[in-house]
Amino acid sequence: MVPLNYYLVLSAVIFAIGVTGVVLRRNVLVIVMSIELMLNAVNLTFIAFARSLGSMDGQVVVFFVMTVAAAEAVVGLAIVISIFRHRQTLDPQDLQLLRW
Amino acid sequence: MIVDLGIIAAKAFFVVFLVLNFAGILGWIERKGSALVQDRIGANRASVFGFAGLGLVNTLIADPIKLFTKEDFIPLYGDRLLHTLAPCMAFFPPLVTFAVIPFGDVLILGDRVINLQAANVNIGILYIFAMASLGVYGVVVGAWASNNKFSLLGGVRGAAQMVSYEIAMGLSVIGALMVYGTLELQEIARAQGNLLWGWLPAWGFFLQPLGFIIFYTAAIAETRRIPFDLPEGESELIAGYHVEYSGAKFLMFFAGEFAEIVTVAGLTTTLFFGGWQIPYLMRDGFHFPGGATILLPHLGAVFLQVGGFLLKVLFLCWLQIMLRWSLPRFRYDQVMRLGWKILLPLALANVMVTALIIVALQNGTLKP
Amino acid sequence: MTAPVLIFFVLAASSIVSSLLVILQRNVVHSAMALVATLFLMAIIFLTLEAPMVAALQILVYAGAIMVLFLFVIMLLNPLVSESRPMVWWFFGALAAMLLAIEFVALFLPVATESRALPEGFGSPGMLAQSLFTDFVLPFEIASIVLLVAIIGAVVLAKREI
Repeated sequence: MVPLNYYLVLSAVIFAIGVTGVVLRRNVLVIVMSIELMLNAVNLTFIAFARSLGSMDGQVVVFFVMTVAAAEAVVGLAIVISIFRHRQTLDPQDLQLLRW
Repeated sequence: MIVDLGIIAAKAFFVVFLVLNFAGILGWIERKGSALVQDRIGANRASVFGFAGLGLVNTLIADPIKLFTKEDFIPLYGDRLLHTLAPCMAFFPPLVTFAVIPFGDVLILGDRVINLQAANVNIGILYIFAMASLGVYGVVVGAWASNNKFSLLGGVRGAAQMVSYEIAMGLSVIGALMVYGTLELQEIARAQGNLLWGWLPAWGFFLQPLGFIIFYTAAIAETRRIPFDLPEGESELIAGYHVEYSGAKFLMFFAGEFAEIVTVAGLTTTLFFGGWQIPYLMRDGFHFPGGATILLPHLGAVFLQVGGFLLKVLFLCWLQIMLRWSLPRFRYDQVMRLGWKILLPLALANVMVTALIIVALQNGTLKP
Repeated sequence: MTAPVLIFFVLAASSIVSSLLVILQRNVVHSAMALVATLFLMAIIFLTLEAPMVAALQILVYAGAIMVLFLFVIMLLNPLVSESRPMVWWFFGALAAMLLAIEFVALFLPVATESRALPEGFGSPGMLAQSLFTDFVLPFEIASIVLLVAIIGAVVLAKREI
């Protein structure tokens, strides 16, 4: 039986990697992918606690997190597509200012 | 412990052996069967010491040798890593999917009861859909890595088609799951041994005919066989998403397609044709509804069941090949219309009608 | 070093490597494939954590549908330019990430493991469905509405003309 804190540490490391991706990369698609990484790290935490505490609630929450992540990825990508049609760029630096 | 691992390894080896051998034999059936349908002779040129074996030597020996010795190239500006990875991703899902398909009841050796199924997971059929959804990657990544607009077109079409028909495939099975009351495939196969009205085996084909038709159609579309082979489109895109592949990589795509045929046939057999069930055959012999029994030794019954399973799988594979050579290709908008506007509502209606009938009959489910 | 711990270390190392590949690759398609690999490894970790249903859903939904959508969008937009960022930012960014990771690790390492006995059929579809349809039925229904809204929103946003 693997101790619980091993899973928490793994989740923390992946979360930190996701945060790095969001902050450092200059490509909107990679930023959305790093957000998915963070969500996955959180899912791992929930499942680890669900197993440790013997309760199914953790897995149900993961079910809903996946649903919401799917919805958010879909809408986020639609926004990226429509931005790309106007600005022809995927660099968030170029999307800083509202058009005058 | 070691013996347990050995048994699991033996079952896994049997399943992989089965799928790969059937894939090879299907290549031969395809070439010779298409030749018979089209009133020609087919491949018979290759022979070993004059023995041409009706084209067996050609398809099973000469073709793989030819494909392995062809030049293996990567397109000029293509993506090296992804171009090599795509055939692996195309070949992986059909092999692993067969792991949960039961090919027999139990084998009792001494005091050891061996469940004739390579992996008994409690999610059963969800595992199959998960692996089938991974099949999209072989198409999409292969198309992208080829740096070829026609290839990309075929790949995008293929991915859209596969994703659309995954849904119809999943929904069409729900009716059968409700009737048999379980997700596990071995339990579904066992539940099909029950006799309705005393004489009719409770096969999915009789209980869920619409579900079978939708599932079979959606599965053929999922594996991109004709009549749904627009992603490959031999007369339009030459070879669609695998046009820039040759040699062993193409063999992976090619063998993957045949392995998918076998997997679809295996899944349809388990869900709708009783799996390894032979009508009236129980673990100790035949028990006919009239009362007559033929007792068989346990190993005899097991052999009959496994043989029955293999025959049913072969029949469904043959059916897919015959469909390929009989029907013209769907146009892309027709494919999308069929998947979303016809099969999906029909599958939903099937679920609702099945639920109503189950509640109305108040019989509960057909769990063994 | 028992077998489960060894398996966990192999899986953990592989998932950390593939997550690093997600953020470090120049080519966006390679990042997406690394993310698919990460999701697949996560699903295997879920399997070791007595959550087979969630693992199947992860592969079915996340790796099998959402990432395909990502790949579609990447291929549609076809980003050829690779971004530029001075090395000093990467250094500070990596430093900040390591600080965050170290803080988390320091927080999580002393957590005590309580291992309660798991009920029969833990993590199976039956138990998940039981929770979903009794305790969590309201979030379940709301989730279906969320998905409907997401579908409509995506279609409206991505259409060329409304």
